[in-house]
Amino acid sequence: MTKPQQVDTRELRARYPDVFDRPASARLAMPAMIVGASAILVYGLVDLDFSPSRFFAGLSQLGWISLMMIPPDPGSSLPIYLKALGETLSIALLGTTLAALFALPVSLLAARNVVPSNILRFPIRRLLDSIRGVDTLIWALVWINVVGLGPFAGVLAIAVSDFGAFGKLFSEAIEGADQKQVEGIRASGGSPLHEIRFGLLPQVLPVIAGQVLYFIESNTRSATIIGIVGAGGIGLQLAEQIRVLEWQKVSFLILMILVAVAAIDFISGKLRFAIIGRRAAA
Amino acid sequence: MTLAVSILPEQQLAALNAAYREAVSRRRLRLLLGAAIFAAALVLAAIGAEVNLRTLFTYFGNFVSYFDRILTLDGGQRVWTDVGEWLWGWRKWLKMLGETLLISYVGTLIGATFAFALNFFAAENTSPAPWLRFLVRRLLEFARTVPGIVFALVFVIAFGLGPMAGVLAIAIHSTGALGKLFSEIVENADMKPVEGIRSTGASWLSCMRFAILPQVTAGYASYALLRFEINVREASVMGFVGAGGIGQELVVAIRKFYYSDVSAILLTIIVTVFIIDISTGWLRGRLFGKEART
Repeated sequence: MTKPQQVDTRELRARYPDVFDRPASARLAMPAMIVGASAILVYGLVDLDFSPSRFFAGLSQLGWISLMMIPPDPGSSLPIYLKALGETLSIALLGTTLAALFALPVSLLAARNVVPSNILRFPIRRLLDSIRGVDTLIWALVWINVVGLGPFAGVLAIAVSDFGAFGKLFSEAIEGADQKQVEGIRASGGSPLHEIRFGLLPQVLPVIAGQVLYFIESNTRSATIIGIVGAGGIGLQLAEQIRVLEWQKVSFLILMILVAVAAIDFISGKLRFAIIGRRAAA
Repeated sequence: MTLAVSILPEQQLAALNAAYREAVSRRRLRLLLGAAIFAAALVLAAIGAEVNLRTLFTYFGNFVSYFDRILTLDGGQRVWTDVGEWLWGWRKWLKMLGETLLISYVGTLIGATFAFALNFFAAENTSPAPWLRFLVRRLLEFARTVPGIVFALVFVIAFGLGPMAGVLAIAIHSTGALGKLFSEIVENADMKPVEGIRSTGASWLSCMRFAILPQVTAGYASYALLRFEINVREASVMGFVGAGGIGQELVVAIRKFYYSDVSAILLTIIVTVFIIDISTGWLRGRLFGKEART
């Protein structure tokens, strides 16, 4: 057997300076970042009152709670819970639809290829951004002040917060649309409205429909939690049962939510595939 | 003038026209059917959600006037005429905002660490055993599907009121969300380096460390930053259930009708979210190039 050829490390070092002789700044960057990140972490843990004793006490408490959650049991309130679940699904569906209806015209105004004027577009975009910056739960609190407790406030909260998201997403979809169709309509003598109706909308509607379906899916999750502040749906029941420490009911409600979300995921996944598939075939 | 388009003979044209009309009418019928089902679902939902248009119309004025009221000081003038009076509590609010940011930072970091530890077991191509992958995947799914604020509600009871419950709730939710995204990055990684490392007799751990990790770190950091952005929003409402942060102040202001405080706190939240969005976007662009900025 022959020995492998002796490698001249010195020559290798000379040949690849950026592998073997990295400058100190590059070598120190990673450890410095890690040290910095952990320093903030430690500061945060101290500032936020973390203490091992509290943590472990809480953990054992959590263990007890989980034990008490088994088995999940709705008691005698199953019909109420089913109704609340229906309410949650209704809130998600209605809220998303309302948001989409209102967002479509506004998104046209926020799209660069429809409204070239920066002066008009800028305030609309900032408005949409601010609406998105406020969480759904906060909108729910505001609407409760306006229309009172109940699912209706939830519908409006979802509608407003999604309006911001849809406005942005739709306008991006419109900006990504092909301009050739629009030019074709204009060449044949169409008015600006015709351009939008026959040039833009057929291109963007499937994209928009897909996004709306996806949001109905994710809003089922949001709709479960806005009940916690009093805006109807299954979250209201969940928050109540947690406050009175009825853990078996809590675990049952959480299971219900998980099953409902999984079911909606499944349905909307199929629908989305159908819509996008049809578009690809067309 | 000659026509640029050749006109087909009459009967050929008629057949084509009929076929076209039939195709269009079939499509219209399907569309109409879909619309009808959707409308029926909407009506059903409207009944379920106790939608009352009369309430909306009666109270819509309230909605507009609510914004009028939160933009008015106690003295009756608009808030921006006396910024000092409007933002009177800025010291306290800034402290609470700092707490909110810390909650989301610590929560994201803990969540990312756990996600990092778990994701190699959840990925199709690196998981050592199918049962382990199944277990870890279900665990992540559970952590991701239960909303963060529900975790917070339970944790407030277990760990007591305060930011600790919020941090842990955000950490668990982030573990679920990031674990899935991380494992998807790993599934897209090139497996040839793994084969190379394994052929030298390395253990599973060294395969992950030297073959997979160098390919995926950039993606991990990008997703973790994105998650931080989302968690700032989430942390701003953790206070609603007593889990720390600015939400506490906000819910008190809304419930007790301290109108100008509501707008002031909302303003600080929106500005903070903007700043975080822009700076993490910039950071991601700088660290990972433009394509990672989606």
